Amino acid sequence: MIRISAAFLPLTDSAVLVAAHEKGFAAAQGIELDLLRSESWATLRDRLVYGQVQVAHMLAPLAIAVTLGLSQHSVSLSAPFKLSVNGNLLVMGTEFAAALDPDIARRIEDPVATAHDFATAIGLYRRKPVIGVVHRFSCHALLLRYWLGSAGIDPDRDVVLRVLPPSLMGAALKADEIDGFVAGEPWSTVAVQDRQAEIVAAGARIWQRGVEKVLALRTDWMEANAETVDRLLIALDRAAAWCDDPANHVELAALLARPNYVDRSAEAILPALTGRLTARAGETPIAVPATMLFHREAAGFPWKSQGLWIYSQLVRWGMAAASPEAERLAADVFRSDVYRRALGGSGAPMPGASLKVEGALSGPRGMGSHRAGLTLGPDRFFDGRMFDPADIAAYLNALRR
Amino acid sequence: MAGLRIVIVDDTGLRASILQDGLAEAGFDDIHVVPPRGGFVARIERLAPDVVLMDLGSPSRDTLEEMLVVSRALARPIAMFVDQSDDAMIGAAIDAGISAYVVDGLRKERVKPILDLAIRRFNAFARMQSELAEARAALAERKTIDRAKAILMNSRHLSEPDAYALLRSTAMNQGRRIVEVAEALITASDLLGGSV
Repeated sequence: MIRISAAFLPLTDSAVLVAAHEKGFAAAQGIELDLLRSESWATLRDRLVYGQVQVAHMLAPLAIAVTLGLSQHSVSLSAPFKLSVNGNLLVMGTEFAAALDPDIARRIEDPVATAHDFATAIGLYRRKPVIGVVHRFSCHALLLRYWLGSAGIDPDRDVVLRVLPPSLMGAALKADEIDGFVAGEPWSTVAVQDRQAEIVAAGARIWQRGVEKVLALRTDWMEANAETVDRLLIALDRAAAWCDDPANHVELAALLARPNYVDRSAEAILPALTGRLTARAGETPIAVPATMLFHREAAGFPWKSQGLWIYSQLVRWGMAAASPEAERLAADVFRSDVYRRALGGSGAPMPGASLKVEGALSGPRGMGSHRAGLTLGPDRFFDGRMFDPADIAAYLNALRR
Repeated sequence: MAGLRIVIVDDTGLRASILQDGLAEAGFDDIHVVPPRGGFVARIERLAPDVVLMDLGSPSRDTLEEMLVVSRALARPIAMFVDQSDDAMIGAAIDAGISAYVVDGLRKERVKPILDLAIRRFNAFARMQSELAEARAALAERKTIDRAKAILMNSRHLSEPDAYALLRSTAMNQGRRIVEVAEALITASDLLGGSV
């Protein structure tokens, strides 16, 4: 047995690592997976960067930020596997949400209309709305900025984005320190169940197939331990398939609910897994397909174009300076080559390319693949824009207009 | 040591005061403890510290780091202190569960003693906590055994040493700990409506 320590945060999308350990997928590959719960992204980052753990359940933009030297100590990180696709929910307190469409299903289904309603609601509100985000280098924050920006809202001027840990968002809502927040599950559902907030937008409706958490490793460790990394990826791929199977959702929710993992009730964890979300306490759940994906459609495949989309947003919001060097570094964090090497022999459908135009698929489509049977789901951005990784400058120019 | 303003961001009153005492003994006299709640980053901004010490286990570290990025109030940027030439210290700090943020330009020699001291104090606190937990567990076990002895003394009319000897020999025969046998006896006695 090879011991691998993995840092994770108490979130529903830590599921693949938890299942790999609890359901024996790691052990079957000769790996003893030690799961180390962390309470902040900063601490998870430090544990990975300084070698206390070998792998981490990391926000995809944070892996890029560390590599670009934007988050404390700079070190080259690699993401050869995505641990989840989608999963974020924006919730707002009932007072602010009262100015939005009262029909929540319609609100979630039509992010264009809701973004414009949101812009109007900002003007009517008693103060500049304060929205909690978990980290500046999170997909949550980037999707929120993207969505607000589409309605002409400047996220750095018209609202206040406040960084708070998800576990404290509920208390901050109650204390009127924030007016809403965007976070990974189960934290939005917890706030809805506690009657403190209602859902305003779902990440899966802003970008239909958005990158979320990645498996991050130090590049030097990954290269020096290729054989172990391959086995770990096989274990994670199998664990992801188990997590994605609806037959296992109840068991998975119960596993995650344990005190050493997410430490919240299975009732709060299950909705994101099944895609049936309670948007307002006491109401019938709303079906939001693909709320959170683990395995279907080669969900684990680290498309370099997704790393580049994150880079484009860091540049857009002034968090990173644009340069050919930074662009190359960001694309290289997503290691589709390592994914291919590890899972090439596993029978998993394998994309033929490493980049695609993000947002181009409006329905399920069969893809060029080394094997038959890979279908990619719709990956549209809600505003219909497409991201061509070959021309990031043109994309950013178009967003500026 | 004067001139360095140190802020300790910590929830635990006892741990923070252990660290504060240690720093005071070492001659630092400008120390502030700020619990990571509500608008704590605004307080830190106002204090404009040279060194911030924070528990690695606090969920509010991301909030603090965001302040370090966006704050316009801080005259000099603050970054996490890491001595690249000293891997052992980085490991010791992470193991002890402490992080240090230091203003730009502060010399390594001035920071290292502070971090060394914080590591020692955090470790001492952790040891104290586990000793306390052990002592509590031992006390609870003794109470359980005392109750089981009382049950035996009453129901079997045994002396105290004999009751204890019976518990001990039963535990040895069953390959269990005395406290486990005592717990089983108490449960059984409760089920049977025992009056002890």
